[in-house]
Amino acid sequence: MLGRFFTKLRLLARRKRFRSELDEEMEFHRAQSEREFVSEGMSPKEAYYAAMRQFGNATRLREQSEEAVGFRMETVIQDLGFALRQLRKNPGFGVTAVLILALGIGVSVAIFGFVDAALIQPLPFAQPNRLVDIAESSALFPRSNISRPDYEDWRRYNTTLSSLEAFGGMSYLLHMGGATEPVPALRVSDGFFRVLGVKPILGRDFLPGEDQPGRAKIVMLPYSTWQKRFGGRKDVIGQSVDLSGDNYTIVGVLSREFVWQPRGNAEFFTPLLDKNGCEKRRSCHNLWGVGRLRDGIRVDAARADFKRISAELEAQYPSSNKGQSAAVESLAEAFVGDIRPILFTLLGGAALLLVIACVNVASLLLVRSESRRREIAVRGALGATKARLARQFVTEGLLLTAFGCAAGLLVAAWTMALLGKLVPKSMADGMPFLSHAGLNAHTIIFAAAVATLAAFMLAVTPALRLGEKDLQHALSEGGRGAAGRFWQRLGANLVIVELTVAVVLLAGAGLLGRSFYRLLHVETGFDPTHLATVNVIAPDSKYKTPDDTRQLYLEIERRLMALPGVQSVGMTTDLPVQCNCDTDWIRIVGKPFHGEHNEVDEREVSPNYLATLKAKLIRGRMINAQDDASHPQVIVINESLAKKYFPGEDPIGHKIGNGELTSDSMREIVGVISDVREGGLQEDQWPAEYEAIYRSADTGFTIAARTAGDEKALLPTMVNTLRQVEPGLGIYDEQTMEQQIDSSETALLHKFAMWLVGIFAALALVLGVIGLYGVIAYSVSQRTREIGVRMALGAQRSTVYKLVMRQAAWLTAAGLALGLACSVGVSTLMQKLLFGVQAWDAPTLLAVALILGVAALAASFIPAWRAASVNPTEALRAE
Amino acid sequence: MAKKSDLLPGTLDMLILKTLARSPLHGYGIALSIKRFSEDALTVEEGSLYPALQRLLLAGWLKAEWKMSETNRRARFYTLTRTGRKQLGVEISEFERMIAAIGRVLAAPEEA
Repeated sequence: MLGRFFTKLRLLARRKRFRSELDEEMEFHRAQSEREFVSEGMSPKEAYYAAMRQFGNATRLREQSEEAVGFRMETVIQDLGFALRQLRKNPGFGVTAVLILALGIGVSVAIFGFVDAALIQPLPFAQPNRLVDIAESSALFPRSNISRPDYEDWRRYNTTLSSLEAFGGMSYLLHMGGATEPVPALRVSDGFFRVLGVKPILGRDFLPGEDQPGRAKIVMLPYSTWQKRFGGRKDVIGQSVDLSGDNYTIVGVLSREFVWQPRGNAEFFTPLLDKNGCEKRRSCHNLWGVGRLRDGIRVDAARADFKRISAELEAQYPSSNKGQSAAVESLAEAFVGDIRPILFTLLGGAALLLVIACVNVASLLLVRSESRRREIAVRGALGATKARLARQFVTEGLLLTAFGCAAGLLVAAWTMALLGKLVPKSMADGMPFLSHAGLNAHTIIFAAAVATLAAFMLAVTPALRLGEKDLQHALSEGGRGAAGRFWQRLGANLVIVELTVAVVLLAGAGLLGRSFYRLLHVETGFDPTHLATVNVIAPDSKYKTPDDTRQLYLEIERRLMALPGVQSVGMTTDLPVQCNCDTDWIRIVGKPFHGEHNEVDEREVSPNYLATLKAKLIRGRMINAQDDASHPQVIVINESLAKKYFPGEDPIGHKIGNGELTSDSMREIVGVISDVREGGLQEDQWPAEYEAIYRSADTGFTIAARTAGDEKALLPTMVNTLRQVEPGLGIYDEQTMEQQIDSSETALLHKFAMWLVGIFAALALVLGVIGLYGVIAYSVSQRTREIGVRMALGAQRSTVYKLVMRQAAWLTAAGLALGLACSVGVSTLMQKLLFGVQAWDAPTLLAVALILGVAALAASFIPAWRAASVNPTEALRAE
Repeated sequence: MAKKSDLLPGTLDMLILKTLARSPLHGYGIALSIKRFSEDALTVEEGSLYPALQRLLLAGWLKAEWKMSETNRRARFYTLTRTGRKQLGVEISEFERMIAAIGRVLAAPEEA
C-alpha cells in the first residue's frame, strides 16, 4: 500500500516524463499497427488512417491511463484552472463575492483579535494565572481600596499567598527644566515588581524594606518616561528627580512591555515610604493589593483565608472594620471582567455579520449555478459524473473562500489598527492589552476556522442542487420550472435567514443606541452646558494652612470672574458624574447607632460651587464665605441623604459626626439641595454631603467656571490666568463639563458598542436587502413568460405588482417575525450593556420593523416595476 | 467508459499476465499475442490495454523497461514479477471456478 503511494508520488513528480513515455509507447503501437495494415495490402495512407481509427482518441486514452495511476490532484488542478477561468469570465460576481466574504471574515477576525488580546492571551507577567487581585469589600462596594493597616495585617497573617504587595495612585508635581507639571504616579510596596516577575532593564529593583517609612526617596521609571523625559540615556541611574519638592533618586528603568493596567499612565513608581494622613487610619482606604498564590493553593482557598483574617480584624477593630471583608479574584478577572460583556456582544455581532455575508455569497452562487444549468447539463451529458460536477462546485467555493479569506485578513489588520486608534488615550492607558491585538497565531487560526466554515457553506449550497434534478431534464428548456422552484425555495429560505440576522443586529444596535441616549440624558441635577473645568495641584510647600489655600481660592475666583463672559466660579474636591468615591462614614446625633457604616459621598466645595453648577437649593442655605476654619463646621446635604436618614423630618439644624461623634467631626446641616449626580452615569444616586472647602488645606482641587459664551474657548484663557495667579500650579485635564461626561468610561464604552453594532447592523441591512432584491428579481426573470400569459389574458399591471410584492412581503414578514423573536432573546443576553431600556423595548422593535419593511419594499419595487412593464407579446415570443 | 469488448469482463488482467508469463513483451506485442493465441477470437482494444498496463504496473505485478524492438525502435517491454506470477495463479483459479459454475448452470436439465 505504502509502495503504491510512493509510486504514485513519484509519478506525480515526474508527470511530464510519464506522459512522454506513454505517448511514445502508444505511437509505437500505432506505427506497428500501420505496418501490419500495409503488409496486409493496404496503401500506406489507408493504413495510417486505419491505425488512427483503431487507436481511437489518443487524449482520452492518455487521460484514462493517467486516471488509473494519477492522484485526484491532477483533476483538482484542472478544476482550479476552470474555476479561475470562470471567475475571470464574470469578474463582477467574483469581486462582489470576495468583497462580501472579506468583509464578513475581516470584521469577525478583527473583533476576535481584541477578544484574544483581552481574554485569551495571558497577562504579560510571570505565571500570570497564579496572580490574584486583593481588595476589601463591603455591602456597598464589592471591591474597594485597602487601608494600609489592614494591608499590613493581611500581609502578616495570610497563609495562602507567597507574597502580597500593595500599590496606590499618586499625583506628584514634577519640577523639571524650570516647568511645573502634575504627573500621575504609582506608590508601590517593595516586592511589587518581584511578585509580577518584572525585572528592570537598567539599574535595580526596590530592595526588601525600602518601602518602609523613613527610608531613602527613590524612584523607578517606566520605559515611556525614560524615553520621553530622559531621552533614553543610560546615565539616568543615580540622577535625582524633583517630585512635589522632594528629590527622588532614580534606581531603575522598566522594560517597554511593562504597563500596569490599573494605572497605565503612571509616569513614576515610588516606594510606599511614609504613611500619609489617610494611611495612619484603619478606616481610610487608599491602596490595592496584588498577590501570588502559594503552590497548590486555589483562588477560593485564598479568598476564604482573607475573609477569615478580615473577620478577626472586624472583631478587633469594630469601629473601622465593621462590615469590611475581603474580595479576592484572579488578576485577569479583575483586569478584564468589566469589558467581557461588551467584547462578547461585539463578537456576537461580528459572527452574525459573517453569517449574513456567507449566506449572501451562497445565494449569489446559487443564482450563478442556475444560469450555468445548461453548462452543467452539457458536461453531464458528455460523461461527467455527479461527483465530478460537485467537485467543480466545491473547488469554486474553496477558491472564493481562499480569496475572501486572504482579503479578509487585510480587512482584519486594517480594522484592528483603526479600532485601536479610535480608543481614546485615557481609555487605552487602562487597557494596555489592546495594543496586543493583531494578526498572530491565535487570530490566524481563528481566521482559518472561520474560512473553513464559510468554505463548507459555499461549497455545499450549490452542490446540493445537483442531487435535486436529473440532467436530461435540465438540458431541455422546459425543465426550467422544476429547477427554478427548487432554487427559489432554497434561495427564499436563505433570504429569510439574512433578514432575520439583519433584524437581530438592527434591534441590538437600536437598543444600544437608546441606552446611550438614555445614559447621556440621565438626570444629573445640574446644568452641564457652558461649564469649563480645570484640575489644579498647588505646591504643598507654599500652601500649608487652610488660610493659605483660602487666599488662593479667592484670588483664582477674583481673576477668573474678571474674564469676559464668566458668570460664576467654584472649587470642589470632585466634579459631578465621576464616581461614588471619596466617601465618608457618618453618624447622626440623636439617632440609634450600632457602629454601622453609613457611607455617603463627601465633597468639599467653595461658596459659589453649587450655584455655579446650577444645583437647586430645596431648603436652608448654601455654604457661604463665612464657613471657614474660624467658624463652626456646617454642611449642605442632598435630597437622597435627607430621605434616607431624615424620613419625614426637616434635616435643617440636625448635627452629624463620625462614628465616635468626636468633637472635631461634628457639623450642622444648614441646607438641602436636590440630587446632583456625583457617581457615574450608570451608578445609583447616593446620599452626599457638601462641606466647606475653606476649612481644608488640601492642595489638589478642581475649578468649574460657568460662562455665557463658548466654554471650550474659555479653557486656554483659564489656564493662562491660573499660571499668572500662581506659576507653581500644576494644571491638568482642562475640559468642558460636557466633554467630561461624554468621555467618561461608561459613556465611551456605550458609544463604542453602539457604533460598532450600528455599523454591523447597517451592513447587515444592506446585505439582507440585496439578498431579497436578488431573490425577487430572479423570480421575476423566471416568471416573465407566466406574467406575459397573465397579461395577455387580461391581468392588470396592478395585479402583476401585487403578484411580485406579495412574494416580497411574505419573505420580509417571515424574516421580521423570526428576527424580532430572536432579537428579544439575544438582547436579554446583553442586558448588562443596556441602560434604562428593556430587551423588548417596543419603540425600538417597531422602528426596526419599519426600517426593514421600507428597505425591503424599496428593494422589491424595482423588480415588481420591471415585471409590470413586461410586454406580453415579447414575453411570449421570447420563449 | 468500457467500450464494447470481445473479452469477458475482468479477464483482461489475467490475459495480460498470462501472455507475459511466456516472455517479456511490449504493448503491441501483448495485443498481437492475445489475438494470435486466441486465433483471432479475442481483440484487445488499445483503449483498455494501456490503462490496464498502468494499473498492473502500479499493483507491482509487472515491471517495465525500455528496450530496442525487433523493428529497431525503442519500445517499453513489460515483464511479469514474482507477485504478478502469484496473481496470475489466483486469477486463473478464480476464472476456472467461475467457468465451472457457469458450466454447472448450463448443464442443468431443462424442465419439460
